[in-house]
Parts: sequence; C-alpha cells; structure tokens
Amino acid sequence: MSQSKILVLFAHPSLHRSEANAPIFQQACEFDFVTAVDLYAEYPRLNIDIDREQQRLLAHDIVIFQFPIYWYSTPAILKEWQDLVLEYGFAYGQDGNQLKGKTFLCAVTAGGSVEAYRQGGHNNFTVRELFRPLEQTAIMTGMHYLPPLTLFGSRTATDENRLPLHLQHWTTTLDMLHEGQIDIQRADSFITLNDYLTDKTMGIEKYHSKEVGPDNLEQEDNR
Amino acid sequence: MTGYFVQAFIYLIAAVIAVPLAKKFGLGSVLGYLIAGVIIGPVTGLVGKETVTIQHFAEFGVVMMLFLVGLELEPKMLWQMRHRLLGLGGLQVALTTGLITIIAMVFGQPWQTALAIGLIFSLSSTAIVLQTFNEKGLSKTQGGQNAFSVLLMQDIAVIPMLAFIPMLALPEIADAAASLKEASEHHQELSLVSGLPSWAYALAILASIVGVIVTGHYLSRPLFHYVASSHLREIFVATALMLVVGIAALMSLVGLSPALGTFLAGVVLANSEFKHELESNIEPFKGLLLGLFFITVGAGINFSIFADNLVVILGLTLLVMLSKAAILWLLAMIFKINNSDRWLFALSLAQAGEFGFVLLSFTMAQHVIAPDVAAILQLVVALSMFLTPVLFIAFDKIILPRYRDAINQMEFDDIDDCGTVIIAGAGRFGQIVNRLLVANGIKTVMLDHEATQIENMRRIEIKSYFGDATRPDLLHTAGIDDALMFVVAIDNIDNSVALTHHIKKSHPKLTVLSRSFDKGHSYALRQAGADFTINETYHSALELGAEVMRKAGLHPFFVEHKKTLFAQVEQDASDDLYQKWSNSEEEQYGSDYQKLFIRLEQAIKSAMGRDRLDKHSASERGWTPPPKGYDKKL
Repeated sequence: MSQSKILVLFAHPSLHRSEANAPIFQQACEFDFVTAVDLYAEYPRLNIDIDREQQRLLAHDIVIFQFPIYWYSTPAILKEWQDLVLEYGFAYGQDGNQLKGKTFLCAVTAGGSVEAYRQGGHNNFTVRELFRPLEQTAIMTGMHYLPPLTLFGSRTATDENRLPLHLQHWTTTLDMLHEGQIDIQRADSFITLNDYLTDKTMGIEKYHSKEVGPDNLEQEDNR
Repeated sequence: MTGYFVQAFIYLIAAVIAVPLAKKFGLGSVLGYLIAGVIIGPVTGLVGKETVTIQHFAEFGVVMMLFLVGLELEPKMLWQMRHRLLGLGGLQVALTTGLITIIAMVFGQPWQTALAIGLIFSLSSTAIVLQTFNEKGLSKTQGGQNAFSVLLMQDIAVIPMLAFIPMLALPEIADAAASLKEASEHHQELSLVSGLPSWAYALAILASIVGVIVTGHYLSRPLFHYVASSHLREIFVATALMLVVGIAALMSLVGLSPALGTFLAGVVLANSEFKHELESNIEPFKGLLLGLFFITVGAGINFSIFADNLVVILGLTLLVMLSKAAILWLLAMIFKINNSDRWLFALSLAQAGEFGFVLLSFTMAQHVIAPDVAAILQLVVALSMFLTPVLFIAFDKIILPRYRDAINQMEFDDIDDCGTVIIAGAGRFGQIVNRLLVANGIKTVMLDHEATQIENMRRIEIKSYFGDATRPDLLHTAGIDDALMFVVAIDNIDNSVALTHHIKKSHPKLTVLSRSFDKGHSYALRQAGADFTINETYHSALELGAEVMRKAGLHPFFVEHKKTLFAQVEQDASDDLYQKWSNSEEEQYGSDYQKLFIRLEQAIKSAMGRDRLDKHSASERGWTPPPKGYDKKL
C-alpha cells in the first residue's frame, strides 16, 4: 500500500494570538510524512513564489489548507495562493492536470458553535455549504474533496478543554490520510470530517481494527 | 627593584599557569588563584611574609569589585527585584547568620565572635556561582535567577557588615557613631575626623556621602565628556581610576568603608552613558587585584594547621555547607522554587565566598576573631569553595536526570528571556534600527564612540552608551556574551569589516547583521562572516524609483510588483557576483565581474520586458487570465 505525503498549507495572520491553530499546526509539524508550511511566515509580503508552490504540490499526494475561518472563507493569503498557484495549464485548462487524483481537505477553526452553522442559526449555512467555492475548486482541478475538519467554538475551546479531543481527531486524520484509510465516498456524505471520524460504522474505531482499502473507492470527476 | 620584579613575576606566572588550568577542569578562576597561591606559598615557599602587605593592597580589588557591582545595579532594577532581594536574600543572610552564630556559640566562642563568624558564612561565592551558571547555561533557570537575587543581596549586605564588624570588637557597644569613630582611629593613619565631636563627625559623614552622590550625578558627566572629547584612551582610564581611588580616599578620611563609597558611586553612575566604558576600564584592574588577593590568601594557608586540625576542618566544612543548604532548601520551599530548581538553588549557594576571606582578614585586623580561629575558618571557607564544583557535578549527573521530563515540559521561552541586541553605531542608520526594536519591546544596547552623539540621543531619552565598539573589552561589558544579535552600523568602512570579523571569530554563534555602503563593502562584510548585510541606499532608491513610475502614470500595484521582481532578480544574482568577487584575488572588479554585472542588468531587463510579449511572463505571471475561449475546451 502506498503511503501518502501530506502538504499542510497554514494561514494565520496573527499567530501570536492563536489559541487553537498554533497547537494544531505544531502537531502537524511533528509528523515526518507531513510538510507543514506557515504561509504568512514564508511570504510576509504576500509575494508568493509560484514555482516553489507548484513544486510542493507536485511532491505531495494530499493538500490541506489549515486556517481560521475569516468571513466564511480563507484568510487573504490563501486566496492569493489560489489565484497565483492554480494556474491555467497547471491546475486546469489545456494540459492542466497536475493535481488530478490528489486529495484536498480544509482543517479549520470556526468561532461560532455548531448550532450557528446551520439553517436558522447565526450563520445560516453549514461549513460544508459555505466552502462550496473550495469544493468546486477541488473538483475543477481533479482533486478528491473531503468535508472540512472543523473545530467549532474555537474561541473557548482551550478554556472548555475541548482542544485535546480535536487534536486527537487531527492526528487521526493525518495518520489515516497517510495510510490511505479514509473512505472518500463515505466521507462525502458528512458535513464535517469530524462527523465521519466519530461515526459508529466508520472512522476511529474501525481505523485501528480493520484496514479499509482505498483502491476500489477511487472516484472520477467528470466535467 | 630587582626583588620586586622577581616577586611580581612569581605571582604572575603562578596565576598564568594555574587559572586557565583550573577553568579547564571546571573549578573556576577563584579556585585557580587560590591554588596558585598555595603552590607559591606553603608548597614551594617561593613567597613569604610580604604576602600580608600585598594582601592589604590587593584588598583594593574588593573596593573596585563593589564599584562594578554598583554600576550593574540600576536603581529601577533594584526596585523591581525588591521582593526577591529583601525577602529571599534578606532571609537567607539573616537565618544563616543566626544558625551559624548559634553553632559557633555551641563551640564555645563569645557571642561577638560567633556573630562575626555567622556573618562571614552567610555569604556565598558570587564569583564561582555566577561563572558556573554562565558556563552551564543555568542563568535563566528559576533556580539560577533566584540564586542571583540572593548573591546580589549578599554583595550589598557586605557593606553594612564592613561597617558593623568593628563594633563587635568592643566589649561594651556604646552608640554606633562613637565606636565607628574609634574603629576608624584604630586602623587609619590619616583621618580628617579624629578630633571632632560626634555631632560634627556625623555631619562629616553625611557631607561626604552627599558629596559622592552629587559629584557622581552632576559633575561626572561634564568631566567624562571633556575627557572623552580628547580621544585619549589612557586619560579616560586614568579618570576612571581617579574616580574610584578618590572616593576610596575620601571615605577612608572620614572613617567610612571605601567599599561603601565606591558602591554608592557605582549605583549613581549606573544610568550614565559612560557606564560600559567605565566598566571596561576598571574591570582589568579589579580582576588582577582580586586575583592577587586570592593568591595571597592561598599563599597564607598554613598546611601544618590543616594537617593538625584535619578532622575539625573537614567536620566544620560539612557542617557549614549542610546548614547553609538546609536553610536554602527551606527558603526555596517557602518561595515555591520547585523540582530541580530547588536543588540547584540549595546546592549552588552552599559554599562560603570570596567575601568570607575579605571579612576574615578584616575581622582579624579588628580583633573580633582570634588569629588561630581565623586560620582554621579560612581553611573552611577555602575547602567549601573547593567542594562547589563537586556539588555542581552532582547536580548535573544525579539531580537533573531525575527531573528531566518536568524540565522538558517547561521549555517554552518567554519573550522576556531573549537577550539584548547590541547596536554598534548610533548614527542615522543605527538609530532607526534601535527605535524599531525598542518600540517592540526588544532590549538593546546602543554604542557610539562620539560623546556628543550619545548626548544628543540621551537628550531625547534614547538609552545609549559611550564607547568604541571596536574594542573587545567594551563589547564584553556591553554584554556580548549573552547578546542575542549584533548590529554593525558604524560609519567607518574598514572598522565595520574588522568588527564583523572580530565578532564572528570570538563569538561564532552570534548572529551579526551589518550595514553596507555599497556592493564592495557588502561583499567584504560577507567575507568577514556577516550573516546578513544590507545596502543602506538600496531600498530607499528602489522606493524612489517606484514613486517615479507611479508618478509617470503606472498603476501602483503593477509598480509594486515590478519592484519586487527587480529585487528578486538582483538577489538571485548577488550570490554569483559575490563568488566572482571573492575568487578573483587581484582584480576584484575585473572583467569577469563586469561581465557578470552586465548579464545581471540584462536579466533584469528581460524579466521586466517579458510581459509585453503577452506570454506567460515571469513578472506578469500572477493573475494572468486564461486564454480567450478556454471555457469551451473544458
């Protein structure tokens, strides 16, 4: 079984105030199969090096955006990254198939509670719905899309001691992605990846007991 | 005359051989001097009775040491540390003095002598402990910092002790002023106050203390400024010595401790811009005199006493160290110093210190302690100091492994913990660097060799110091050994290269960032080892060029992009240019270099021009729209 390499592109414009994202990123740095990039540290002037970023994408099988949700989307540098790196001829369009077959995931923190992110709540939509542009970007570039791994109520996560559980979900996710043991088709039916992981029939319990082969689950994006 | 030369040579060669060896074996310099003294004194008999005379002279090193201690103590810092100093340090001195006094009385000493012994053994060795902390990187630990507070309090406590001990000599302790006066009469040849009534005596003391403070505060600055403007190094040294010697003389004349006077002067001058310069000038004298002092102590050790009283001395040493460690342990518990730090705190300060020797010779002179008792106690002090490295080794090998895990969990560094940044050069460049850093709470020490420049900076309340940054001893007192980074912003091209070279050689791990005037200078700095160089005009010229482009009607965002690209191409080429420059020994700007430079200009031009051909160009690569009609093919 092939073991996947993971690229974590992390964006947090004020890391010194971070309570949740900093430890999440720190943990990602611990894995030798993960390349963890602090985008704001590498490009403090948003002067993204297109060649270097495209090389990174080519060298990895799984691409993760890690960020705190800013106005229902990514912080500015990740949008800049998409605008610059996902070029015509590289990520889409004529001969633009370099990302085909990779897996894409957003690992996010949301200030609002899970109740806020649903119809009738403050934010009216689920995170899955709000991230449709990212989902469609993944589809457009031929990547498998996973529902976002989300820490809700992130402002109080540390105080309420909810962070350790989330960090556990995060390492499980990285391990499972590395081993190719996430059932992408099944995961697609959940709103967040956390729901998939904690689902009785799939996820954490099953991960350690039985190995799920990803080979027959390959999905083809037809546009 | 010949005799003096021979003797001086014997002292010096003993120190030169023994001290580096002692340091190499982790014993520290104080023990090195003691060993040197033991070898030239009791072991080989090269020196004899004159050591006593020399010792009195060498005691002046202690006076200088207290001046330097004072210089390091800004009143503000003292105030911030007051709880640790008075609480932890004060309790340590008081409790240890009490316990040792009781022990001494149990051994049959009269209470006056017992109290003097208590005071002597309440002190620990600042020289050994701080040096070992530095060597082992323990200064920033909780145990290390608390130990520092205690040592500082002890150093300060020496001053009242020196004033207090003469009173113990008298059987009936009358009022302090009278006994002080008598004590001063007792050992001073010269005195201004010997015939005065006690009210006038008190007035004279007050006047001289106020005199020291006022002189230090108001007169020293114009004096140093005047001397500094002469640019004669040795005159500045002479002035510094004159200041210390003068204050010591004044204090002796009115019957006060010279150490007290110079300590006060040091505190008064702690905020002065000449602080580092003064320190670097006094430091070698202090070091040599203190070294001489320890050699004479070593030379004065009587081996027959040691042999005769072997069991007593060993027993007393263990008793003293156990008592001290027990009290330190107790205090550490009260002040919530935990785990390995508590061990470090208790073990590191368990010895007696160099001030013990000073106070011992002082108490003997004051007839507080009988010479035979003092001889034994001196050996106890020395032995406890000899044992200190053993305790540190025990801490490293036995205690620390047990707490390793706990320590690992606490290793997140505070911003507070980062050291200072030294900025050499307070001119137009260094100033801006300094302002940015200070505004962000990064500690800086700014140095400049122009006294007027420093005065201007001080006038607008920017902390900076007078001193020639190209001198190694000044860099040492400015704190280069703990510095986080070093910024070279001095305006002499040759000196800046030499300074960069020197720092990288003496402190290879220190990051050096240098300002260059042009390409050639930046290459020379790079060759000298600078980790980062920047041309002082490059970025402002780019900004101005960009402003021209904007004024010419180009879109600001487009201009920004072109500017970044220009800098990028230039950056990429600079390594090549540097290689060519450093390889061509004779002709550094020879034809090879010129060719390369022309190629760089072409690279920049082509990078800039490419987008006009409407391809995927380097400059316009970002945000290039897909080709027209691309969506039909998706």
